Amino acid sequence: MYDLVVIGAGPAGMAAAEVVADHGGTVAVVDAGDQPGGQFHRHRPGEVHGRRLEALYAVAARVDMRYGHRVWTVERAGDRFAVRCVVGQREPASAVVSGRAVLLATGAHDRVVPFPGADLPGVMTAGGAQALLKGGGVVPSGRIVVAGTGVFLLPVAAGLAAAGGRVRGVYEANRPGRRLSSMAGEWGRIAEAGGYASRLVRHRVGFHRGQAVVAAHGRDRLTAVTVARLTANWRVVPGSRRRIECDVLAVGYGFTPQLELAEALGCRLEPGASGDPVVAVSATQRTSVPGVYAAGEVTGVGGASSAELEGRLAGHAVMGVRPPGRLLTGRAQARRFAYRLETAFPVRDGWRSWLTDDTVVCRCESVTWSGVRGAASAGAVDARTVKLLSRAGMGYCQGRVCGYAVNRLVGGDPMSVPVRRPIAQPLPLGLLAEEGEP
Amino acid sequence: MAEERYGIDLLVVGAGVVGAAVAHYAARAGLRVTVVEQAGVASGSTGAGEGNLLVSDKTPGPELDLALLSMRLWTELAQTVPGFEYEAKGGLVVTGDDTGLAALRRLAGAQRAAGVTVTEVADPTDCEPHIRTGLAGGVLYPQDAQLMPALAAARLLDHPFIRLHTGVTVTGPITSRRGRVVGVTTTEGHYSCGNVAICAGAASGRLAAAFGTRLPITPRRGVVLVTAPVPPMIRHKVYTADYVGDVAGDTAALASSPVVEGTPSGPVLIGATRESVGWDRAIPVTALRTLASGAVALFPALAAVPVIRAYAGFRPFSPDHLPVIGPDPELVGLWHATGHEGAGVGLAAATGSLLAQAVTGRTPSLDLTPFRPHRFQEAT
Repeated sequence: MYDLVVIGAGPAGMAAAEVVADHGGTVAVVDAGDQPGGQFHRHRPGEVHGRRLEALYAVAARVDMRYGHRVWTVERAGDRFAVRCVVGQREPASAVVSGRAVLLATGAHDRVVPFPGADLPGVMTAGGAQALLKGGGVVPSGRIVVAGTGVFLLPVAAGLAAAGGRVRGVYEANRPGRRLSSMAGEWGRIAEAGGYASRLVRHRVGFHRGQAVVAAHGRDRLTAVTVARLTANWRVVPGSRRRIECDVLAVGYGFTPQLELAEALGCRLEPGASGDPVVAVSATQRTSVPGVYAAGEVTGVGGASSAELEGRLAGHAVMGVRPPGRLLTGRAQARRFAYRLETAFPVRDGWRSWLTDDTVVCRCESVTWSGVRGAASAGAVDARTVKLLSRAGMGYCQGRVCGYAVNRLVGGDPMSVPVRRPIAQPLPLGLLAEEGEP
Repeated sequence: MAEERYGIDLLVVGAGVVGAAVAHYAARAGLRVTVVEQAGVASGSTGAGEGNLLVSDKTPGPELDLALLSMRLWTELAQTVPGFEYEAKGGLVVTGDDTGLAALRRLAGAQRAAGVTVTEVADPTDCEPHIRTGLAGGVLYPQDAQLMPALAAARLLDHPFIRLHTGVTVTGPITSRRGRVVGVTTTEGHYSCGNVAICAGAASGRLAAAFGTRLPITPRRGVVLVTAPVPPMIRHKVYTADYVGDVAGDTAALASSPVVEGTPSGPVLIGATRESVGWDRAIPVTALRTLASGAVALFPALAAVPVIRAYAGFRPFSPDHLPVIGPDPELVGLWHATGHEGAGVGLAAATGSLLAQAVTGRTPSLDLTPFRPHRFQEAT
């Protein structure tokens, strides 16, 4: 049994593992992928360049890395936790990793806002485009448009342009200018933000504030998008629509934390900066459930530096060691900054006016905007009741992709966005039938 | 909305399948009905149900009579208000050994005498090609059927005489000086009405208490597993009947396996467990394992199929296993329809029809005495 089982090998999880190992504790890090670093430090197989990656691999060598482990549930059994996983694709097997504490460092995935044509081949999430670039060095061929909201659009566009991608422009739905300049001091501290703007200028990529891609066009695949100027609430300014030819659209509207394991363990959730749920944690990353810690994006989207600080704090708390003061002040600063970023790049409900009757909202079950509206008029009030009446969110992704949008489309309370998934990863019925006692 | 709060003949509390059926039949009888629901349509037990319409699991008695009436009414509703994935697929009950088979035959014989259609199946693989081999036998129940509970509730509520108010929580009665219910207080203001029917599922006990009535209805958790879509491989509702206790007598206790069935959209449903754990929604691994092993034992080919979802709901458990349908013991104008435990979807149509008959002063087509809410007071 380990002192700590970390779920997620991203910046938060690896930082916690390092601290626990430094203090003589035993750690297992469980991750569905096959390398340390998570989404942020995703890299090509065998590519271990730079101090950061070398440091990550140094930590990985000191702890038990359990790659290819997909966690389907975490079970509390007395004073310990059984992290139940599925391992392998073709012939899946089950594995249980037990610890006296667990750290939820499961990160976040792209928050998806639907629009007409979003289901065309050629349209991808900003996170997906970034993963392709970082993990495989893949640059989509053809003309690329980057759209959505949030600072994450900058590294995506800059990364694609620097790798030879033909980026036609970045369309940021918000107008963050003034609020961001007031944060200039803090920007300087965040190393990851540096240089993106100048790289975009160097590659002659235009950055357009207050504009969005409100529709995508093409028969079999993407050939053009409609870009429009937006009002403060994200409605289209009349007469501002224009067509831009492109082959690839990378679109991102921020991130949604992966909360199912926290929910299943009974951790208290609270509204984050955007109003959407996050795991409630103490100043040392304890959740409301004794023995369960959370760090990184699950506690509020804040980026890699913030996640790393939180992971370190969690590691100290697990080992019962007082954290250095600079960690606490650093985290407080990072949280303030994250809060201001999140509130500087909100998603305004005006996107609902971009939809047409046949706009696909749930891809798994092919549910359109008119289908969602039909459920609402039959008495559905939130994502769950819409699912029951229209099947939106009932498919393979279990509402991870469409849950946010469906909930907003029917005016559901942001906290009622679906996070309850007692089976967090699919597993074969036969394996489930043979699960042992914890 | 203000004008909709007056001139209500029947105010139904709860937009689950039972409340929807009560509202539907009352509206068909000409009453102006308003349904108030604290969340959304089918947001409680109905949304967590499987949609089992079963006669096969009922022993002769008042509940079976209610089920048989309900089967007829659901068949009719599937014609008059279609669109809830009604499927008269039939149920197949199998058993592994000769003792079990003898008990199953005895039960089937008694059910036949009570009006159930039963057909003995010597080799269950004849009707279910993927079921495990080596079973002792089984009985086919063609009347067992399937529907999608949330859609059924929504379709039943779609009637010109029914208004639906979501996001309204009822807090208590408004009574006249003579002690008759004349309205309710809610979080959204007062409603004035001639009658109130509490159809709040597992929360009915709590709500009845706010009206001054003790109704011993408690939540009993059920967990259902859902697989990824598979090509059609299970044709009926299938479960194993293992008879324990006094198999020689007529009162054999039944410990059945989870019901396994395919759905029109592909996923296989496996359910459900029965646990009295209060309102705890956290699903233990043991419950999931029990369902999975029960399903794999019946259909070995399911072992490789991924489970993508599990959900829990709370059935309204009644201590004597009979539903509660009828007038309140104390308060004139107050009615109850709850306590169906795991059979609420199946029994909803009959429940709605009978309660609507009672509310409108007609003689119910089935004697409601066994289901009277008074019985708990009489017992104490």
